[in-house]
Amino acid sequence: MIITNQVTKNYGTSCVVDGVTLELPQGGVTSIIGPNGAGKSTLLSMVSRLMAMDKGSVTIGGLDVTKAKSDELAKKLSILRQDNHMTARLTVHDLVSFGRYPHSKGRLNIEDKAHIDRAIKYLDLEPLSGRFLDELSGGQRQRAFVAMVLAQDTDYVLLDEPLNNLDMKHAMGMMKLMRQAADDLGKTVVLVLHDINFASWYSDHIVAMKLGKVAAQGSVKDIIRPDVLNPIYEMEINVHEIGGQLISVYYG
Amino acid sequence: MPALIAGTIITIALAIVSLFVGVSDVSLASLLSGGWEGRPGEVLLISRIPRTAALVLAGASMAISGLVMQMIVRNRFVEPGTTGTSESAALGFLVVTIFAPGWPLMAKMAVAALFALGGTALFLRVLRAVPLRDVLLVPLVGIMLGGIVGAIGAFIAYRTNLMGSMLAWNMGDFSGVLRGRYELMWFGLAGCVLAYIAADRFTVAGMGKDFTTNLGLNHRAVMILGLVIVSVVSAVVLVSVGSIPFLGLIVPNVVSMLIGDNMRRTVPWVAVGGAGMVLACDIVGRLIRYPYEIPISVVMGVVGSLLFLYLLLRTPRGAK
Repeated sequence: MIITNQVTKNYGTSCVVDGVTLELPQGGVTSIIGPNGAGKSTLLSMVSRLMAMDKGSVTIGGLDVTKAKSDELAKKLSILRQDNHMTARLTVHDLVSFGRYPHSKGRLNIEDKAHIDRAIKYLDLEPLSGRFLDELSGGQRQRAFVAMVLAQDTDYVLLDEPLNNLDMKHAMGMMKLMRQAADDLGKTVVLVLHDINFASWYSDHIVAMKLGKVAAQGSVKDIIRPDVLNPIYEMEINVHEIGGQLISVYYG
Repeated sequence: MPALIAGTIITIALAIVSLFVGVSDVSLASLLSGGWEGRPGEVLLISRIPRTAALVLAGASMAISGLVMQMIVRNRFVEPGTTGTSESAALGFLVVTIFAPGWPLMAKMAVAALFALGGTALFLRVLRAVPLRDVLLVPLVGIMLGGIVGAIGAFIAYRTNLMGSMLAWNMGDFSGVLRGRYELMWFGLAGCVLAYIAADRFTVAGMGKDFTTNLGLNHRAVMILGLVIVSVVSAVVLVSVGSIPFLGLIVPNVVSMLIGDNMRRTVPWVAVGGAGMVLACDIVGRLIRYPYEIPISVVMGVVGSLLFLYLLLRTPRGAK
């Protein structure tokens, strides 16, 4: 369970995340949605201790993220931000291997190697495993980063816009993988997503944010509704049920 | 692996050549006839072996400190010469020479290392305050900072009649290396070993602060460890033989091009490559107007600037 209590972040005078109190359920896929500037990424960064919060507290599986040892947290929680500028020239295999660092501290055993191979296979990276990251396309690189996070094998997996740079096929593959990680491996997956239809199709739980606050949260059918979404996005969004799924239409 | 062994053999061959190049006649034949007691034996023990050892140590450790610097700053074009580190070490050495001329060399070196640490930390501070979009601006900021620190040093040296010494520190030269006057450089080897032990940490730091934190490492601690290695190595080399330009830039960049940036793999390459390059440049400097010598910083400056130009031109501007 991820519990945030009055989490706040200010940049100068503007409050980016404003006293967010949340309880994200154990297991399953939770998506955080909302317009640009809602504070989704900032919240995720604070939850994962990448960014210090000005006020409030966060506990993950009982560990206070600001007080717990970072290397202990790294075995429980993994985070991938968007826009990862990698200057180091590493191969895909090297990168994914570093995902095992919290467990192996650099000495890979058989179990570590099995995790690495599985993560590479899951993300369809086998033919690219010896290639350097700077020789890959944006989408391939994104998959390599996600493979690294999967190799880390943590109970909680936090991904900030993991569908960035991915084409439709790989975006769907990624979401299926997240679903699988939650259903088969019992992981708690938290995603920041822009595409509300992906969020609707694959999530168990949705948190909608606006202007630094939680505007609404609940199950898919509680959130993917015109009366909830329209004020959040300040636009006309129609929701249709297609094949048992709630699909939003907002193209004009 | 076979390539690394080949590289090591070439470097060892260069080291052996370095032992036998010079005005005084030292050859296998003269050594065999004279023994250790004869003049060739003495020259070998007092001058040639120390010089060769100093070359290997300086080459390996300066190249490694360039590599460490590039990982922690996450920029291909930084090394102690482009981050104000060398100039700060020189300023520290100058200050301690003025105020505590009687201190042992070891203590003076420590002061130089502290100044180097401070200067490099200042450079990182400036970088954090001015986020730069272009990769080439980072070393430019460092060179400017080095220029300012160097100017302060030059002013003090001018007022205290130490310009000569200042010049000597800024110009790397191995001709003065004798037994008893280079041993501090073994600290450089310690720096290399430390860099190898902590190689994974530096690679992770090279992936950025967020990745480092995600993997449970303290980013700040890794930065500080890197800074200490770079500062001590720079100070030791500066105090012993003077600064050697471009070395820390070129060797790690070439290695990165060939085998990437996973430091666990690149440290041996960079160390061997650095030693080999310094040995080769020193031998050239000793032969080009034999029996006189050209300081290694001049040879390295010419060779290095050409190679650096090549590296610059093949990197697209603004590349990550």
